[in-house]
Amino acid sequence: MNLSLTLDGLAKEYPGRPVFSDISARVKSGERLVISGPNGSGKSTLVKILCAFIRPTSGNFILEINESRLTHIDLRAHIGLVSPDMVLYDELTALENLAFFSGVSGRNFEPAAVENLISDVGLGGRGGDFVGSYSSGMKQRLKYCLALLQKPELLILDEPTANLDERGKGMVEKIIGSHEGIVIIATNEKSELEFGDQSIRLGS
Amino acid sequence: MATNPSGSAAKALALFLKDLKSELRTRYAINAIAMFAVVTVFAVSWAIKGTGLSADLQASLLWIVIYFSSLSGLAQSFIKEEESRTAAALRLYASSEVVLLGKLLFNLVLLFGLNLITIPLFAIFINFDVVNFPLFFTVLIIGSLGLAVVTTFVAAIISKASVKGALFAVLSFPLILPLLVMAIAGTKKSLTEGLSFAAARMEIQVLIAYLIVMAVLSFMLFDAVWND
Repeated sequence: MNLSLTLDGLAKEYPGRPVFSDISARVKSGERLVISGPNGSGKSTLVKILCAFIRPTSGNFILEINESRLTHIDLRAHIGLVSPDMVLYDELTALENLAFFSGVSGRNFEPAAVENLISDVGLGGRGGDFVGSYSSGMKQRLKYCLALLQKPELLILDEPTANLDERGKGMVEKIIGSHEGIVIIATNEKSELEFGDQSIRLGS
Repeated sequence: MATNPSGSAAKALALFLKDLKSELRTRYAINAIAMFAVVTVFAVSWAIKGTGLSADLQASLLWIVIYFSSLSGLAQSFIKEEESRTAAALRLYASSEVVLLGKLLFNLVLLFGLNLITIPLFAIFINFDVVNFPLFFTVLIIGSLGLAVVTTFVAAIISKASVKGALFAVLSFPLILPLLVMAIAGTKKSLTEGLSFAAARMEIQVLIAYLIVMAVLSFMLFDAVWND
């Protein structure tokens, strides 16, 4: 699959407070883009822009899949997101959450494949538990399960190893290394900066 | 990426079923709505102490109870998504039309559930005496549809605000006032002896027109409200 993501002069400014400006990059299939910077430098803001949760003040971004050029909301169907800002339903079980998001986005839900994925992220045998009963690390693992469920072309990870133990961090490393599409990682962890084929440093 | 042939209706149904399941487990809105309806009917019943009320007053009281009960509960479907921070995932995975349809369906079920509680209570405690049942239920159904459409849309607008409750009442009241006036007038005619269905033609036409206008506006504007 011919895949590329182009960020073209992205800038974000809140009234009286510029967050970042002139962010440009071009990432292709199999490449990883690391976004780093101190707290408040706009890493999560850039992630929100790429997910079309908020609009940039100026600039544009385009995901090209073969001959298709997608931007803003049209791009969402191709994104898998793991972020502290994305919370799943506590009152549903993990399986119910996954089935719901598959249903509401119109995709097939294959229980056997989902059970395998749940095991792969280290939640084997816990799919029937309410998410509200999960630890923060287990919730983070479930977010990976949801993000990978739809086999997204663009995997966006904001603070990818937050709340995870060493085994969880190993799992994340494996996911990032084996993803065939584009991976964007917003992080402050020194060890995660090494994941990037390209990097953007905000706030410098 | 495998995609089902199912359209927006099936996706909206998935959202409705999720909301219903969540609601039955958490009782986030049901308790608020039911308590408001029950307490209000008992308070009014106590105040009038069995004396008969005019059709005017009965119709007004019914719609006041339905309106304020719905205010206390129907906004919760959007507010809960924002407060529990699940809205981001919903935005990522569901289109705006699916979200509006699913939430509207859920609020409709809540509102008709509220009617199922309120009307028998009125019949028992307020001596609510319906004369023309087809007219009464026509006004009730069209009025409830309009109320659900407006409250669902306004709930989406206010869900990101900090003073949600006050803003919901302030924004929804002027929008719902024409519906309330017509629904009360239509209900009054259904409680009055000797009036046929045709006597409330004007009220029903206005209610239908209101419903269509509000539904079209909601579907036109919701994408901007939900995504911006």
